[in-house]
Amino acid sequence: MLNFFASRKGIIFVGLVIGCLAALLQYLGNPGNMGICVACFERDIAGAVGLHRAGVVQYMRPEIIGFVLGALAAALFSKDFRPRSGSAPIVRFVLGVFAMIGALVFLGCPWRAILRLAGGDLNSLFGLAGLIVGIGIGTVFFRQGYNLGRSQKTYSSVGLILPLVMLGFLVLMFLYPQTADQPQSGVLFYSLKGPGAMHAPLFISLGVGLLVGVLAQRSRFCTMGAFRDLILFRQVHLLSGVVALLAAAFVVNLILGQFHMGFEGQPVAHTQGLWNFMGMVLAGLCFALAGGCPGRQLFMAGEGDGDAGVFVLGMITGAAFAHNFGLASSPKGVGPHGIAAVFIGLAVCLFIGLTMRKKAA
Amino acid sequence: MSELVDARGLSCPQPVLDTLAKITAMGSGELDVLVDTEASKENVARAAEGKGWKVVSITDEGEEYRLKLLKE
Repeated sequence: MLNFFASRKGIIFVGLVIGCLAALLQYLGNPGNMGICVACFERDIAGAVGLHRAGVVQYMRPEIIGFVLGALAAALFSKDFRPRSGSAPIVRFVLGVFAMIGALVFLGCPWRAILRLAGGDLNSLFGLAGLIVGIGIGTVFFRQGYNLGRSQKTYSSVGLILPLVMLGFLVLMFLYPQTADQPQSGVLFYSLKGPGAMHAPLFISLGVGLLVGVLAQRSRFCTMGAFRDLILFRQVHLLSGVVALLAAAFVVNLILGQFHMGFEGQPVAHTQGLWNFMGMVLAGLCFALAGGCPGRQLFMAGEGDGDAGVFVLGMITGAAFAHNFGLASSPKGVGPHGIAAVFIGLAVCLFIGLTMRKKAA
Repeated sequence: MSELVDARGLSCPQPVLDTLAKITAMGSGELDVLVDTEASKENVARAAEGKGWKVVSITDEGEEYRLKLLKE
């Protein structure tokens, strides 16, 4: 009764494919240990459209566009496109904002935490530990009846809004392509140096994004869900996909000479262990309370979930806040206000987790 | 007479949590679960089977799925 990709073999296959493709995207030009990073790439998109002006992280990442459009195509093909919305959208937006802030204190989403480990970056161990602790706190709220409430069936147009936004971004990228040594093309900003200037060829990135979008939509691939299900239900189904991703990226990194083990000098990473940990505690808690990792939110948005789309917009807004207000880390360490932002974010999550509870009927 | 869990509109992991809570409370018997996404359908079926319940049928009822679960 289950589709192949939702089976144990299927999710392992999807993890292997994503791991291989991520390592290959890095080989083809994406930043180090950042073959795929939903947080970093949404941050780059925020920069590309000028929501922040951090010159080193501005690029309209085709992978993100592909994730949403690929998930949309898969959902339409499998009759799984179900427009729905209305489950505490403003709460999901705020969770998206703080999820991004936490991720940018660490410098990566859960996918990148795994890819960083697969590339030998031992700082990611602190981030992964923080992610698991954050998700663990979220499961405590679930056990106490935390619930964002029911969504409602709605117009198809509601479910199509985020895919159309992504399609619009793609059109902008074709209308205003990157030109050599120019920081701006039409309305879009392009980094001339730093991670934003590093990218695989456009059509390869877009193709990989579309493929991952299709596979992840069918398999329900979710890095946060992997740890949440282990803690909450003792289920290892999703975790087997995440482990497969790690293994595949590790092997491909070894083959391509991209594995460099250590703490110091890792690409787009800092060595402040406590804040690598705390940033991901915040991010993990936000992902848990919102019901999915940032990748899963993109895929759900592609299958018509307007609330997941609101979370994505929250993440893009959070990226703008993070870089406009000095919250994001850099390889030198945490930003001037990053630590305060983590504590504010945790307080907001506690408020949401403690107040949005329904007792079992 | 089967019991019912209405998990329509609930986001992950709520449908599984509600189903497992009901399964624990019932111990055995017949349980219908209503969900409205494929992901919830798959997650609930997997969780129920993990607890030793049999998924007797999954019916597509247009806007939703009805899972019939049984433990004798």
